[in-house]
Amino acid sequence: MLRFLIRRSLGAVVILVLISAITFFLFFALPADPARLACGKNCDPASLALINENLGLDKPIPVQYGEFMVGIVAGRDFPVGHCDAPCFGYSFVNQEPVWPTIVDRFPTTLSLALGAAVVFLAVGVGLGMIAAWRRGTWIDKLFSSLSLLGQSLQVYFVGVLCLAWFVSGLSIMEQPAYHPITENPARWFSGMLLPWLVLSLIFMANYSRMTRSQLVEQLHEDHVRTARAKGLSGRTVFFRYAWRGAIAPIVTIFGMDLGSLLGGAMITEYTFTLHGVGRLAVDSVRLTDLPMLMGVMLISSAAIVVFTIVVDALYAVIDPRVRLA
Amino acid sequence: MTTATHGAPAPAPGATGGYLSVRDLRVRFATEDGTVRAVDGLSFDLERGRTLGIVGESGSGKSVTNLTVLGLHDPRTTTVEGQILLDGQELTGAGERALERLRGNKMAMIFQDPLTALSPYYTVGRQIAEPYRKHTGASKRAARQRAIEMLAKVGIPHARRRVDDYPHQFSGGMRQRAMIAMALICDPDLLIADEPTTALDVTVQAQILDLLGDLQQEFGSAIILITHDLGVVANAADDLLVMYAGRAVERGTVREVLSAPQHPYTWGLLDSMPTLAGAVDTPLTPIPGAPPSLLAPPSGCPFHPRCGYTAVVGGDRCATERPALPAGRGAACHLGAERGGAVRRGGGGAAGAGPAGATRTDNGPAPADGPAPANGPAPADDPAGGGPANKEPGGGPSQGGDR
Repeated sequence: MLRFLIRRSLGAVVILVLISAITFFLFFALPADPARLACGKNCDPASLALINENLGLDKPIPVQYGEFMVGIVAGRDFPVGHCDAPCFGYSFVNQEPVWPTIVDRFPTTLSLALGAAVVFLAVGVGLGMIAAWRRGTWIDKLFSSLSLLGQSLQVYFVGVLCLAWFVSGLSIMEQPAYHPITENPARWFSGMLLPWLVLSLIFMANYSRMTRSQLVEQLHEDHVRTARAKGLSGRTVFFRYAWRGAIAPIVTIFGMDLGSLLGGAMITEYTFTLHGVGRLAVDSVRLTDLPMLMGVMLISSAAIVVFTIVVDALYAVIDPRVRLA
Repeated sequence: MTTATHGAPAPAPGATGGYLSVRDLRVRFATEDGTVRAVDGLSFDLERGRTLGIVGESGSGKSVTNLTVLGLHDPRTTTVEGQILLDGQELTGAGERALERLRGNKMAMIFQDPLTALSPYYTVGRQIAEPYRKHTGASKRAARQRAIEMLAKVGIPHARRRVDDYPHQFSGGMRQRAMIAMALICDPDLLIADEPTTALDVTVQAQILDLLGDLQQEFGSAIILITHDLGVVANAADDLLVMYAGRAVERGTVREVLSAPQHPYTWGLLDSMPTLAGAVDTPLTPIPGAPPSLLAPPSGCPFHPRCGYTAVVGGDRCATERPALPAGRGAACHLGAERGGAVRRGGGGAAGAGPAGATRTDNGPAPADGPAPANGPAPADDPAGGGPANKEPGGGPSQGGDR
């Protein structure tokens, strides 16, 4: 297990370095001058040169990349002062340091992702289990139709409708906003409830469909027939044998989904005006804010890479045939 | 190889009132293409301490019959008619709860592929102990102890240590031994073995069959041995039921059926079997045509489209009239036992291909090209001039070993 984790962590670092390099060099292929953006409307050549020097933009691009990467690991000195590791530099747009900004935004995204994940995992898998248990009946068919509907919904559509109905119209839900859970758990919950539900709606359909099909497949396996031949009850066979075999694929997809949600649910955050990492990513692309974009990209990628490793490690727990090496 | 005959002298097969008694069993599946008549009027009896071999091609209904006995068919798509009596208790129409109490307890099943038939997620010991805990209410410790005993009994070395292994850590033969341990842990009176040796290599096959025979002597169970391998039946069964298209076409003791088969289909099965005695290049004689569709089974005798002897029977009797299977020893064939034997001798033993000049109502491609008498086994292969004497149950251990 330890060897597996070490090996995979080293691999993850390589992947993240590659992603950073690609992002960095692609950025300079953009037809925009970051110094001009940072300089503002009334910009004279002297201040433009100063900004270029302050941001290090006058150096060759590979050198800039090298300094950027060193800064992440060891911190970095700018003309404006020292930037502690992990240093992603200062935003081109508002000169704020990148890392504290991300740290500030992350709890919103974390709350959104984890809350929604709990809802869509519990409800989606639950509905899928009911459909599989009652396969072929009207319940199964109803759930299938509903999940098809759910899968074709989009957050920016459902979200706006829900805002109009439940928040503005009926006033039975609070305007979505992030309040730190440490300050007021009740407000945290009521502020996140609508985003959770809407985001879950989209994922739920996928999970119920997948759970159902996995279970139905497992129920046709030989070992399930053996379990029945032993005289075990239908319930025991369903939960002890069929469900056990359906776990691994669900965990796989869940790990991927959670990883990418932690990198920011951009559309959801925009729809509900939540200031999370996803919104930060969109804004930094729009404003060609390289340091901020690099920071967000690497955090998002790291989340996905880490969850991939976690999922692979979980396989060894779930399936005794898998040996990690 | 001691399993061919043992136990108390059994009543003639077909007599009423065995430990397991199946009466006019009909099993139909609803599919998108129509109704499949998987089993169509099957009756047989089985006493404790006896082994009934059921042979037939894929789709002949042998597995379906036995899944139905255990009630493992899908009730949503399957219709079951007829009677299945286990120790006098009616199983068709019995509630799921009642069946659960019997499964794994009074009746147990061993499946063909021991790799897929065991769950990869639980230890062998846990899976073996499960039915014991369920049916006896034993504690976890006691059930585990019993599982270790059973593993040792079926010949797993270091059972105490191996009990905590997962199925993938067992070899194929050991997995099948574990399956047998699981099936026998509650001392079932009826054991159904569905192709228990098909997925195993030949040396292991013989060991598993020996094991089944030994355990039968110890526990006195009735065993149904489903197989398509006549060599297995010859070694391990007492009685034999030949199935075709969901019906029993011939029955008798193994010795009777293999030494003096009466049904053209049985002849075909025997002729398509390789032997060690013949010349190396003796061609096998496959049965021409393919098994019939059970969506629309042939009229009359289900074998008539592939049978080379319909002309001998005469008229269109084979195509219109369904032959009955006599109680006890006999075959469901219009030829009758006497005439059948005579015809077969005359035909040189090439059952499926039939005598030269016989009209064959063809049904699909015939793998053996034409009814050439040369396709039959060489005369030297058939010293008695009658049945395939070299395929008798007494044929010895080589039977189990050569396939």
